This record gives sequence, C-alpha cells and structure tokens, in this order.
Amino acid sequence: MTAGGGIWREFARRLLRNRLAAAGGAIIAFFFLVSVFPSRFSSHAPNRIDIVHILRAPSLEHPLGTDDLGRDVLARMTHGARISLSVGFVAVGIAIAIGLVVGLLAGYYGGWVDAVLMRFVDMMLCFPAFFLILSVIAFIGPSIWNIMIIIGLTGWMGVARLVRAETLSLKERDFVAAARAQGAGDGRIVFRHILPNTLAPILVAATLGVAGAILTESALSFLGIGVQPPTPSWGNILTAGKDNIEFAWWLSLFPGLAILVTVLGYNLLGEGIRDAADPRLKGR
Amino acid sequence: MLRYILRRLLLSIPLLVGISLVSFLMMHMAPGGPIGSAMDMNPKATAESRARLQSYYGLDQPLHVQYGRWLARMATLDFGESFSPDGRPVSEKIRERIPITLTINVLSMTLIFLVAIPVGVYSAVRKGSLFDRISTVTVFTGFAIPTFWLALLLMILFGVKLGWLPISGISSLEYDSLGPAGKLADRARHLALPVLLAAFGGLAGMSRYMRSNMLEVIRQDYVATARAKGLPEGAVVFRHAMRNALLPVITILGLSVPDLLGGSVIFETIFAIPGMGQLFYQGVMSRDYPLIMGILTIGAFLTLLGNLLADVGYALADPRIRQS
Repeated sequence: MTAGGGIWREFARRLLRNRLAAAGGAIIAFFFLVSVFPSRFSSHAPNRIDIVHILRAPSLEHPLGTDDLGRDVLARMTHGARISLSVGFVAVGIAIAIGLVVGLLAGYYGGWVDAVLMRFVDMMLCFPAFFLILSVIAFIGPSIWNIMIIIGLTGWMGVARLVRAETLSLKERDFVAAARAQGAGDGRIVFRHILPNTLAPILVAATLGVAGAILTESALSFLGIGVQPPTPSWGNILTAGKDNIEFAWWLSLFPGLAILVTVLGYNLLGEGIRDAADPRLKGR
Repeated sequence: MLRYILRRLLLSIPLLVGISLVSFLMMHMAPGGPIGSAMDMNPKATAESRARLQSYYGLDQPLHVQYGRWLARMATLDFGESFSPDGRPVSEKIRERIPITLTINVLSMTLIFLVAIPVGVYSAVRKGSLFDRISTVTVFTGFAIPTFWLALLLMILFGVKLGWLPISGISSLEYDSLGPAGKLADRARHLALPVLLAAFGGLAGMSRYMRSNMLEVIRQDYVATARAKGLPEGAVVFRHAMRNALLPVITILGLSVPDLLGGSVIFETIFAIPGMGQLFYQGVMSRDYPLIMGILTIGAFLTLLGNLLADVGYALADPRIRQS
C-alpha cells in the first residue's frame, strides 16, 4: 500500500478541517483522559459512603452533589466513564469482528454461502434487539463482560451487510482481477486487496456503533440489569436519580449530560469520517 | 401483487420458526431456571416437590421434545400457560397488555410524521438557512440524548417542579368516577409524556431522513422541468418534490417496529405503564418461559409484518418498483 499513504493523509487533512468532527474528536479525547485518570478529575473515592452527607446538592466540596449513600457524584462519574467507554469499545470490537467475517465470506464467495449467511442476518434483524438483549442478560446474569458480549453479538448485522455490499463491488474491480492473474490466493485477495478498501465505511460504522453501545449500556444499567452497583456507571447513577427524583435533580442531570456529550462526540466524529472518506456525500 | 404478498407470508413462516428456535435455545441453555428462582425463596421446598414442578411444566423433558411441544401448540396459535402463580394463558395476558402499547406507539408515530416531515422538507428547501442549521443541531443532539434520561428530566420538570402532569400509571385513582370527557382528559394527561418520549428518538431520525430525501429529489430533472415550465414554487415543492421524497419514508415506518417495541420496555418501566414492554420485563425477571417465547414471537411477527407492509406500501405508491 505505497500509494495508500497519500490517500490517508488527504483523508486526515479533510477530517481535521471539519470543525464539527474535530470538536467530536476533542470530546472523545477528553473523556478518554478522564477514564484513564479518573482520580485526577475528582478528589473523592467513588465508593466512600458518607451517611452524614446524603443527597447533598452541588457545593464546593462536592461539585456535582452526593447520592443517596453520600457518595460523591463527580467521583462516581469519572470512574464510571471508564466502565461506560470500555463497554462501548469492546462491544463494537466484537460486532465489527463478526460483521467483517460474515460480510467478507458472504460477499466474496457468494452462492449458497451468501444465501445462508444473509438469511441468518435477516433473522437476527427481526428480533426486537432490545428484547433480546434484555432476556439474555437477565438469564446469564448482569456483568460488565456479559453486557459487552451481548451488545456485540446483537449489533453486527449492519456491518455484515455493509462489508458484503463493498466486497461484492470490489471483487469485480480490475485490481482484484490483476491480483488473481498474478496468482494471488483467496486469502491474499481478501486481506490485502478487499479488506483495506472496506476500512472507511467500517470506521464510520464503528464510531457510530460506540455511541449506540454506550446508549444501550446506560439503558440496561438504568433498568438495573447492566453494570451492578457498587461499580459506578453513568446508567446506574441515573437509577439512583430516578429513585430520588423528588429530592435530587443533580443525580439525574449530570450523568445523562455526560452520556449525551460523549455520544454526540462519537456521532460528530463518525459523520466527519464519512464526509472525509467520501466528500460527495457531504451535508447529507 | 396478491401472489407476492402470499409468497412473502409463506416465506416468513420458516423465518419465524428459526427465530423461535434461537430464542428457545438461548433461554434454556442459560444457567438457572424458573423453578429455581421461585423456589429458592421457599424453605419448605424439597427436592421432591421441585422435581414434581419440573415435570408439571414439562421442564424435565429433553430440549428437542420441549421445543417440539411448544411448536406444535404454536401451530394452533396456542401460546400455553404462563409460569407465574396465576397460571393464566399467555395469549390472554398479552391481549390485555397490547392495546396500550400499540396506542402509545401509534400516537407517537403520528406525532413523528406531523413534526418531522414539515421540518425535514423546510430544512431541505431552505438548506443552509438559520432554521436548517438550528434543526440540524437539534437533530444531532436528539440522536445523542438517552431517552430514559430525557424522561427523568421531563418528569422532574412537569411532574415534580411544575406539577402539571402525572408521572406514573395510565389513570388517576378517581378514574372510575369521572365522566367520559373526564376519562379522556385523564388518560391524555397520563399518556402525554410517554407518547412524547416514544416519539423523540424517531423525530430526529425521521426529520434527518426526510431532509436528505428531499435534497436528493430537488436535484432531479422533473423538478427542474416543473420549475422551468413556470409552476409556482409551492406547487413544485409540494406536488412534485415532496410526494416523491415521501416514498422511502414508508419503508422506514415498517422498519421501525423493532425499535419501537424495544423502546416500550424502557418507557413503560419508567412510567409504570401496564403494557407489553412491562409484561416482558416482568416475564424475563421471573423466567416465565412461555410468556417470553410468546412475546418474542409476537414481536418478531410484528417486525416481519412491518417489513412486508413497508414493501407492499412502497410498491403500491411507486410504479417504478412495481414493475421490477
């Protein structure tokens, strides 16, 4: 991929010039920092119970207030950032891996392989995904790993369709025919010639997917079947917000705001990558 | 057309069977079971009575026998009896819960159309205007807002701080003593927030979708022709462009069924609405296998039906599709 360097440099240049995408990237970088050094951003321990100071409104001591056990909300949010973000990343990693394999196989080999795999995709798409996630998590028990896995296992179909469509068109191109004429095997063609060319749409799907996974995790944790207390996650702080809805608005406001800003960041970056990869689609 | 519909309906049968098989296997391969969750609490439960219950519910049979039985009953549209203490038929339980869920979803769908289509069309026609920029920012924020969080905020604002709207249930305590108009008003007050929230996610998506469809259509030759022959701008936008931009929206309508059903679990739980989402949540928590299977199957059926209606509606509306 000697010629590829130029394409990627051009891509990065277009991406950086897009102010919204850059803002999205900055938001993501900020929350990444927070999740790596949570203690730098708050002076309290996330699980220290303080019965004397329960449900205190935001103050200098507790900038975002305290929850129903007197724990510092800011500390729980900074530590929860790590959980929420890693769920997003791992879940999407799983979804992309499955989607890539299924899409490449279906698109490249076609025929009955394609028919079988795509009917399976159709079937998976018929499940109301949230119903499925809910039942599986309730059965195998809520844990961070289970949530990552199940969100990943129910979120790969879009990627599979995308990769299949790309593969179908790529495999007819001249450069693939040229590679085959030179004696390249299926593996080499798929990994060296087709896969690199599907990276841009996958990157878009992955970025938007992280946003979706963070939303799903927070909804599950909010319903009490996601990340379990005392481990903090943005979703389960909101559960405390709902339980104390009449007394403590800060418990409801701030964690949701964190989710909103993070998801917005990923969406903006994702759209930016899409525009940078294919300028024809800009503004749509 | 009729043959096409019939063919699609027939094709959806193996799909439904596949879906039910996957759900069934997943449910039964997970550790634990319905007997465990109910009996662990009861100190008097002996191994013997557990075994009796197991065989009463047919859970002692091999999996393929259990699935075969379920499928055979399903073929006669018999969903079986719920495992919950009341032991009522699953179909009865679902039937009494489904109207409220459908009501909320249909109302929110209507709201989505009433708001999103004008917003999308106007944004596209005035692309780059202040209105377009504001609506684009709003849409992006809308995509990123967790619905359940917005629900909390609205509950705090309208329910707790202002006291305008009730924050749970679908009727007040004195509901039965109200007159017909009072009943309607009471129900409307209870459903206002849930409907708004159910619509929220779709609003952002639909107006964005409408905008991009409209932008696509405006560039077409027939729109240029309509302008060139001197039609007023209003006729060009509404009669020529908008009608064509609306076509793909039919598809979205059909495809949004699973999302709406999934969303109903969340807002029915938040607002304590006795609908299908809440029933499903309770069923999952108590491992009520027949109930879960019933709701998953109905959910999948509604999804397939939505897809079919989308395709048929699209074909009816667009002669270009019908011919191919």
